[in-house]
Amino acid sequence: MSLSPRAWFGIAVSLLLAACAVGAPWLAPHDPLEQDLLASSLPPAWAADGEARFLFGTDSLGRDILSRLVWGARPALIVAVAGALLAGVVGTFLGLAAGFFGGWWDAVVSRLVDVWMSFPAVLLAIVLVAVIGTGLWSVVIAIALIDWTRFARVVRAEAMQQSRLNYVVAARTIGLSRAATLAREVLPNVLPLLLTLVTLEMGIAVVVEAILSFVGLSVSSDMPTWGGLIQEGRLYVNQTPWLLGLPVVALALAVLGFNALGDGLRESLDPVVAR
Amino acid sequence: MPIGLVLRRLAWAAPTLVGVLVVVFSLLRLAPGDPVAMMIGPGATQDDIRTLRALYGLDRSLPEQFALYARDVLAGDLGRSISLKENVGSLVAERLPMTLELAALALLVATAMGLVAALAAALWRGRWPERAIDAVTGFVTAIPDFLWALAGILAFGVLLPVLPVFGLLDADLAFTASSGFVVLESLARGRLDVTASALEHLLMPALALALPLAAMVARVLKASLLDAMAQDWATIARVKGFSRRQVLLRHALRNALSPALTLTGVQLTFLIGGTVLIERIFGLPGIGSMAIDAVINRDLPLIQGIVLTFAALFVVVNLLVDLANAWLDPRQRSR
Repeated sequence: MSLSPRAWFGIAVSLLLAACAVGAPWLAPHDPLEQDLLASSLPPAWAADGEARFLFGTDSLGRDILSRLVWGARPALIVAVAGALLAGVVGTFLGLAAGFFGGWWDAVVSRLVDVWMSFPAVLLAIVLVAVIGTGLWSVVIAIALIDWTRFARVVRAEAMQQSRLNYVVAARTIGLSRAATLAREVLPNVLPLLLTLVTLEMGIAVVVEAILSFVGLSVSSDMPTWGGLIQEGRLYVNQTPWLLGLPVVALALAVLGFNALGDGLRESLDPVVAR
Repeated sequence: MPIGLVLRRLAWAAPTLVGVLVVVFSLLRLAPGDPVAMMIGPGATQDDIRTLRALYGLDRSLPEQFALYARDVLAGDLGRSISLKENVGSLVAERLPMTLELAALALLVATAMGLVAALAAALWRGRWPERAIDAVTGFVTAIPDFLWALAGILAFGVLLPVLPVFGLLDADLAFTASSGFVVLESLARGRLDVTASALEHLLMPALALALPLAAMVARVLKASLLDAMAQDWATIARVKGFSRRQVLLRHALRNALSPALTLTGVQLTFLIGGTVLIERIFGLPGIGSMAIDAVINRDLPLIQGIVLTFAALFVVVNLLVDLANAWLDPRQRSR
């Protein structure tokens, strides 16, 4: 099984992000909260009046942007992984039940999905965080509460299709209960699909976290997040455009990386596409 | 269009709207913190608090509160904003037109860009324009509107400052649209300077909203155009001496439109939802930026009103899209 260049790109970006998130204390050249008012609003080092010790420049309080970006990978990755997994668990459970059991399970879940999709996701996220309270785990819960529908819809369709296949009939014939058939036979067959969906959802979750910190509803403002950097950057866009540009690039890279990873996984896990 | 289909779709939409009402109602009852305590100064007496709670109906049981809430909403009364001290219904009515104009402009830009890209890719099939368009659409779909908006601000607001990146009108223009539709009303009243300024301010927000949709439309439309061009009738037309471009524009396009229209309909609600954040980023006075302020101020009646407005808009848009599809595609009418 050989991986496409896109898949390698996805793996590289994910590893880089993980390295930053785990190794932030050692990788970041400065304390992300340390202010140096004598060195405020410096451009990146390669610009005419940049300074070598601040590779990506500083913000209006003289904090090192590179260090803040590296530390910002931590909440981004936590939310991406935990949010996507939680959304995946909730959505898969409901989707499997709806698709495999049908009947009123299907009626209730389908209707719930319909109602859920009638709210704009961003607005729902903002309102949810306002209800649950701010903080990293609220963001994770909000993402799960919003995006479970993505999993539920796809898994429901897949489970419906699988439930008509012979192996399911065989499992039932040898005496497995419906729940056991679902857990032991159907679930393993939808796992590759789920893995792809989770990876794609990670790309969405990073953006949601950034949006919430941009609006000021994520973690507290002294903890560096990409969305927080973007918000500061938007405010002073004419004075320090790099303060906006750098986190935007970081976020775009993360989104593209997770997408590439998801597509790469699909290519190598799906026997039909892999041929 | 058969009236039965319309009624069936309406019957399907009604329970969804009731569900929306329940969710909106319960979501905010679950919110921690007493909204009354936030409205009132520290010097208030117990009596003051009790009066205010009664005024907002907060002293009754939950089912009673829901019944009252549903009755008011159905009567068109969305309550009173706590932070702005105004009727929520009229606040929404003031702000919604700008959001609708932004969404309509974005939809227009998205379909136009998607159409042109798909036609170009289908026309120059197998050569570099198709490969370039494929690569660009793939990249554009992957990046969300939030990042396109910020990239747009950097590119055309700072590096190459050709477009305004904040507000709806130039500061020196005095214009109040009594209908709220600034673009349409200024056009109707002949204030073309206002129209130009508003369009200039709306261009980049609309582009940011439009880009992901445009890329999706381009991909789907190109695929169905190529399908259509592979049909026998297309080959016959080519054999008869029509150029590839003529067959594409005169025959294939009409046959290929339906999937792209369906996709546009499905994605339209995402586009409308995207206005919330885009308005915030560009400082536009629409319903979306009001929503974020309402959340920050914990203004429950206003949040409820706005969320409900969006949800109703989504349900109506989906209904219209379904009906339009049924009307355009005869195969769906009999269902």
